[in-house]
Amino acid sequence: MSAMTTVAPKVRGGLLDPKQWVRSTPSALRKLDPRLMWRNPVMFIVEIGALFTTALAVADPSVFAWLITAWLWLTVLFANAAEAIAEGRGKAQADSLRKAKTDTVARRLAEQDPGITSPKVATVEVPAPELKRGDYVLVEAGQTIPGDGDVVTGIASVDESAITGESAPVIRESGGDRCAVMGGTRVLSDWVVVEITAEPGKSFLDRMIALVEGSERRKTPNEIALNILLSAMTVVFLLAVVTMQPVAVYSKDYMAAAPDSAVLDGNGVTGIVLVSLLVCLIPTTIGALLSAIGIAGMDRLVQRNVLAMSGRAVEAAGDVDTLLLDKTGTITYGNRRASSFLAVPGVAAAQLADAAQLSSLADETPEGRSIVVFAKESQGLRERAAGELANAEWIAFTAQTRMSGVDLDEHGSVHRIRKGAAAQVAEWVRASGGDPNPRLDDLVDQVSREGGTPLVVAEHRDGETARVLGVVYLKDVVKEGMAERFARLRAMGIRTVMVTGDNPRTAKAIAAEAGVDDFLAEAKPEDKMALIKREQDAGRMVAMTGDGTNDAPALAAADVGVAMNTGTSAAKEAGNMVDLDSDPTKLIEIVAIGKQLLMTRGALTTFSIANDIAKYFAIIPAIFAVIYPGLDALNVMRLASPESAIISAVVFNALVIVALVPLALKGVAYRPGSASALLRRNLWVYGLGGIVTPFIGIKLIDLAVALIPGVA
Amino acid sequence: MGDTTAGVIFIAAMVAALAATYRPLGDYLYRVVTRERHYKVERGIYRVIGARPETEQHWAGYARSVLAFSAVSVLLLYGLQRLQHFLPLSLGFPGVDPYVSWNTAVSFVANTNWQAYSGESTMGHLVQTGGLAVQNFVSAAVGMAVAVVLVRGFARKATDRLGNFWVDLVRITVWVLLPIAAVGAVVLVLGGAIQNFGEVTQAVTATGDTQSITGGAVASQEAIKELGTNGGGFFNANSAHPFENPTSWTNFVEVYLILMIPVALPRTFGRIVGDDRQGYAIIAVMGVLALASITAVLGFESLGNGTVPQAVTAAMEGKEVRFGVEDSSLFAAATTLTSTGAVNSFHDSFTSFGGGVLMLNMMFGEVAPGGVGGGLYGMLVLAVIAVFVAGLMVGRTPEYLGKKIGAREIKLASMYFLVTPVLVLVGVATAFLLPSNMDSLQEAGPHGLSELLYAFTSASNNNGSAFGGFGANTPWFNTALGLCMLFGRFIPIILVLALAGSLARQRPVPASAGTLPTHRPLFVGMVVGVTLVLVALTFLPVLALGPLAEGLQ
Repeated sequence: MSAMTTVAPKVRGGLLDPKQWVRSTPSALRKLDPRLMWRNPVMFIVEIGALFTTALAVADPSVFAWLITAWLWLTVLFANAAEAIAEGRGKAQADSLRKAKTDTVARRLAEQDPGITSPKVATVEVPAPELKRGDYVLVEAGQTIPGDGDVVTGIASVDESAITGESAPVIRESGGDRCAVMGGTRVLSDWVVVEITAEPGKSFLDRMIALVEGSERRKTPNEIALNILLSAMTVVFLLAVVTMQPVAVYSKDYMAAAPDSAVLDGNGVTGIVLVSLLVCLIPTTIGALLSAIGIAGMDRLVQRNVLAMSGRAVEAAGDVDTLLLDKTGTITYGNRRASSFLAVPGVAAAQLADAAQLSSLADETPEGRSIVVFAKESQGLRERAAGELANAEWIAFTAQTRMSGVDLDEHGSVHRIRKGAAAQVAEWVRASGGDPNPRLDDLVDQVSREGGTPLVVAEHRDGETARVLGVVYLKDVVKEGMAERFARLRAMGIRTVMVTGDNPRTAKAIAAEAGVDDFLAEAKPEDKMALIKREQDAGRMVAMTGDGTNDAPALAAADVGVAMNTGTSAAKEAGNMVDLDSDPTKLIEIVAIGKQLLMTRGALTTFSIANDIAKYFAIIPAIFAVIYPGLDALNVMRLASPESAIISAVVFNALVIVALVPLALKGVAYRPGSASALLRRNLWVYGLGGIVTPFIGIKLIDLAVALIPGVA
Repeated sequence: MGDTTAGVIFIAAMVAALAATYRPLGDYLYRVVTRERHYKVERGIYRVIGARPETEQHWAGYARSVLAFSAVSVLLLYGLQRLQHFLPLSLGFPGVDPYVSWNTAVSFVANTNWQAYSGESTMGHLVQTGGLAVQNFVSAAVGMAVAVVLVRGFARKATDRLGNFWVDLVRITVWVLLPIAAVGAVVLVLGGAIQNFGEVTQAVTATGDTQSITGGAVASQEAIKELGTNGGGFFNANSAHPFENPTSWTNFVEVYLILMIPVALPRTFGRIVGDDRQGYAIIAVMGVLALASITAVLGFESLGNGTVPQAVTAAMEGKEVRFGVEDSSLFAAATTLTSTGAVNSFHDSFTSFGGGVLMLNMMFGEVAPGGVGGGLYGMLVLAVIAVFVAGLMVGRTPEYLGKKIGAREIKLASMYFLVTPVLVLVGVATAFLLPSNMDSLQEAGPHGLSELLYAFTSASNNNGSAFGGFGANTPWFNTALGLCMLFGRFIPIILVLALAGSLARQRPVPASAGTLPTHRPLFVGMVVGVTLVLVALTFLPVLALGPLAEGLQ
């Protein structure tokens, strides 16, 4: 399991690596196509502006005009390159996935009957992409599974590293919850018949490739809303700039003695300067990085081995209020372990441990193994192997008897040991003429109360009456670090609810130990659905994880349903995300990535708007101080000349995009905490930072620009 | 007593007076607009106007009622003016010019009260009392009703019913505006304002000239003029006229009347949404902006600007001696921070920076505290935008009072925000296209631009005050400014009602630890910041060439 501290920025290949920029140049140029550009209204306006200034510069060339024009085009190209870099990072991943996809030839069963007992049957070779849903294919050791599907016959170990990155092979077998296989993975041993469940071109691999490449990205609801706000601001600034012109003409007429310049003449503010002002004011920073932020968010998920079916689901993850977690396998290790021996009065603990160990030697269940190990650890009993006892007869557990044990032939006299559920063992003792110890009920109650499972051990020697020895305390062991994780979720504002089939008493004890906020005991699949519905009716967003087919309806109903990769195809179809690591606590990271996505957009929007203040202080005095010298008081940066001031503002505006690409790709830092704390921090960094940074940046650029001949 | 001390005392007393009525008046308003039972007198009115008080309307129905009512009001008011000479109590004045009639009708129905005429020499008693004063009541009630609907949108869940316009209109007029205005009129009469239906009195002045003095129902109109943030004066001199605003303490009363309802409305908002703290947060935003603005105006006017003002220690040009700098500055700030537009001094004569702040007050969209109703809904729209940006920054789909701010809400809020900048900037720009318009500017250069900018800002934001020297009474300006008033009032109202409809349809999201609290100082600061930055960025270029260029010479 990966470490789950704060979402670590896993950024590969040096973010400011110039090679990345060079590589993305062709793609950035291709994206200049207006048919692609208009989807991003803010940058589309910049492109039109750049076209306009190009025409003006051609008609009336000057160093100033060409410098502005060049930097306007660079602004557009930087924006396109940012998107291209984000896409490029996914592309590398997609290419390696694609390799797994090509060249696979499927062996379709000639007779579409999966009920075969040997792999020696007739097959037809079919290229993988031509497989249809419902086809049965045979895959033998060493071969690649041609498409997503379910194992319907056989059992095999499968290497899924091509997709999950996990090198340890996994077992896939027909029936049950371990039947789903993915195209592109490889069978290592044995053979299986797979029923293809994905339509051609819609396999996991296909979806994953499309996602990481960003080609299937649709705008998410918050992104749409933000785009509307940005468009409205663009309109406001367009208006402010356009309507400034008649006012400028009026002012110039009034102060007719003011000399004409490259910035302002009798016709008003020159076209170059108007476009420069407009581009500086409209929210280009966020406009340029918006789609890169979205693509990078998906990419971050994929890096964490989570496959989201839509950006909408990722965004929804940031809004989750309630998280449903299955107890078994998620909160606890999924199997109970012996944690103490409670002997009845008159029986030594060692005697109980010995009997418990003997009765469990042939018990290969995790519980049975844990008894053997615990007896060794706590009582120093040597771990015996089942084969040592030649004259033993093992009694297997059945659902009817609900007991297991051993009959030992000790020189003709039979020593019977049984362990099992309290009621059944007590019955067994009575049937053998014994009397269950009166203290037994107390012990059993005590164990149940504490959230454990009591296992009663009894013996019966020939010639004696049967007697109870004591109780083995089987404890549901909560995974380490769960309490901290739930505390983190609480800090994010998420309530965790544990879902378990246990009785309420047991559930309560485990819930308290694990630190979840609430629990649902004796839960049936319907109860889970009802709980989701109840939470949603109260206006809460629900996330859950699941793997079994019976989880599918709940996964589909939840706002964020994360299916485990080990789970069934039905579960994977129903959820809107799949975790390739099958780690149920991955939701913590998914939530963090969802929040980061929104935070990055919000922070860069704030930054972008805050930048405008400094740009006004650069450009307004640059344009109008020649008419009203008093306005030079606004030139607080003391920029060298009107031309250099305007160039510096435009250059800053373009370079800030480049400077913020790494932030857009890795996301704004997210630490769980109250919303107020997050807002305060982001307002300081991106609000105040957004006001101050351009004052410094523009001044520095101006110092350099002023050196260019023909500008100062 | 120096101006500064007087100003501080005035402000402190005003804050205390407003704080005293914040809760009782806000709670009273809450009861008026949420009461289930209809009183007998209300039922009588509903029968007369044919309203069905039991049926609640959805947002579009409500909007249709607002528009229909306002359209009929415009027609009636236009007719009253045009046909004045055929009607009684005309004082012998002729029918009013069509351009002026149109402009005035729109102006009073839109709660603007821009006056392209001199009241005492144009309008008779019937038009003043039966037309203009009536609109002073109902246009104010319309604004408050729309604000209440937006608040209902936040408070209600999963419904498309937002109340009944006629019920809201009647209740607000009868139980809020009428009684307070009546008390206010009596107080003003006690203070020396006049109240009669007399004929024009001919008086001989000390120098031997004759002067026509018009009397009328001045005090009663004055009270609702301020209370309803209308601003249309009985006399051309407006609240500078001694019959309207005789003394320094009536001046205090008038400023108080201007502010009392806009200041109390956030309390009503808090009550309706069931969280008083939300009301305190909104009034805090308004208060911060208002105090900053008032301090700025007072400061600029006290410091003066130029040789003469500095010689007399303050900018006294255009100000009444009985009011002085502080009473004038505070009145000016109050009237522009709300949508009142009444004046007791000439804003045209303010220092360039002082006048610039007055413009800025209106450019905020008059939200601090703004007009009756209009201030609250304008501020809530800004809060919605602030919540959206802040919500993104905390990593959650933004929500305000449990309602998600999604694409539709942002679209409506953005369009709301766009309306006045479009009207002001396009208005100013197009005014330059017609050379004869420049004759209306009393002065050339930056001050002339300020006059023009002020006129469009005032009309589009439904303020109604003017830079005195500006010659607004031309067919072009009467028409253009009339359109600005009309669009500046009713497009935002439609957008606000649509926003209310969209919010009411939602089920509220319960607050969790991840929800951004909207009642804390941090959020208050954020809304103040968003308001300042949005407005500054929109209007800075034109302000730079007007008041800034003039002041920085």
